[in-house]
Amino acid sequence: MKSGDVEDVEIRLLLEGVQEIYGYDFRDYADASIKRRLTHWLAESEFDTFSQAQSRLLRERSVFESLLRGITVNVTEMFRDPAFFRAVREQVVPFLKTYPFVKIWHAGCATGEEAYSMAILLNEEGMAGRYRMYATDINEAVLQKAAEGVMPITEMQRFTRNYQKSGGSVSFADYYTARYDRAILSAALKKDIVFAPHNLAVDGEFGEMNMVLCRNVMIYFKPPLKERCLQLFDSSLLAGGFLCLGLKESLEKKQIGARYEELAAPLRIYRKHYG
Amino acid sequence: MASTFQAVVIGVSTGGLQALQKLLGQLPADFPLPILIVQHVRPDAGSSLAKLLDERCALRVKEADEQDEILPGTVYIAPPNYHLLVERAGFLSLSADPYVSFARPSIDVLFESAAEVFGPDLIGVVLTGANFDGSRGLQAIKQQGGTAIVQDPADAEARQMPQAAIAATAATGVDYVVALDGMAALLQKLAPRRATLPHITRGRNA
Repeated sequence: MKSGDVEDVEIRLLLEGVQEIYGYDFRDYADASIKRRLTHWLAESEFDTFSQAQSRLLRERSVFESLLRGITVNVTEMFRDPAFFRAVREQVVPFLKTYPFVKIWHAGCATGEEAYSMAILLNEEGMAGRYRMYATDINEAVLQKAAEGVMPITEMQRFTRNYQKSGGSVSFADYYTARYDRAILSAALKKDIVFAPHNLAVDGEFGEMNMVLCRNVMIYFKPPLKERCLQLFDSSLLAGGFLCLGLKESLEKKQIGARYEELAAPLRIYRKHYG
Repeated sequence: MASTFQAVVIGVSTGGLQALQKLLGQLPADFPLPILIVQHVRPDAGSSLAKLLDERCALRVKEADEQDEILPGTVYIAPPNYHLLVERAGFLSLSADPYVSFARPSIDVLFESAAEVFGPDLIGVVLTGANFDGSRGLQAIKQQGGTAIVQDPADAEARQMPQAAIAATAATGVDYVVALDGMAALLQKLAPRRATLPHITRGRNA
């Protein structure tokens, strides 16, 4: 038996234990990615093997929380995929503006970059004060960071470029204050966003949404969990509402697909049919 | 002894378009192994690379989608801004995790995940490039008993990546260092005679 095979057994046992004791089922996550993240967590931890980690992981909540933080952290950037944000600005916002007030669910918001991007876009389009965005994530540590709205200043150059490509027209520097090595996002962007914990694997829907964004989160899930998420989004969305997925995610061959049309191919913006 | 290879993984960077056109262009439509490729591209490069190669090669070339089944005689190109990984069950997956070896898609990520799944039945190929991505991945392939092919640095448009791959696998040694011109013939010689669906023997969580 090779050492890699032993590690696979260790990981299987560990995930089983985590599920039984803490209720988080990472066996629903795609194997290759979860293994990379687990291995990364192990390398940064004080343990040499997963077997060695297991005993304390199952007994000490704090050890489990460090694992949870390590394996559920998604990274993104402001205005990731500028063409997507441009399409939202040009093709989705005109519909949203016909409502007096809109509700948006951003599922798997991580550290909030895309939620703040959406807030910038909506405010620029004259919707300030006319929307509420529920930005959720399984990982409470990243949510806390998201709520703070503080980004490394080194990222701002890249974010500014993305913003400009997405059709943004004012000076991006107006949206943050630079303080040493950090950029503090302006309070005006935060006031219509509610950050809250939500686990896509077990928690329920958010009712009567006009828009649901969940980009590059389901790519980490196995097909049954993906299907559960899509059902959840579908039951959260009003007729005529918009579902936005990552550029490599689609509703093709998915159960809910028949109720949606793709508005801006290939940018994965779908609109739910009426009736 | 009959070949038991189940897949080829290729990593390429600077000068990749020409190199891939030449290599894939010389492979026949009935080449029996799936080929998974990471070519470094800009995040907003779009899907034009797969389309272009598909038009110019006998093999079917497509941009990899998540949950694509790995089929013989098909070439899968990692999409811009995503890592490409091999799942145990013989399917592909994508990840938006941070850059690895300064790249996304990263050659190391593809090679390491493929090495885990295919073990000794994998051929890893490092072509031209001006960085060090692929070195760790090729090492992983050798550690699992796979076969390593590197483009002769003297023949490469950018020699750093092949050179780094040769240096990184010094302990086990690279199996073949060849010019691009001889690579298609070598792959055909190594491949089994008939196409077989990748048979994932090592994973038990499939």
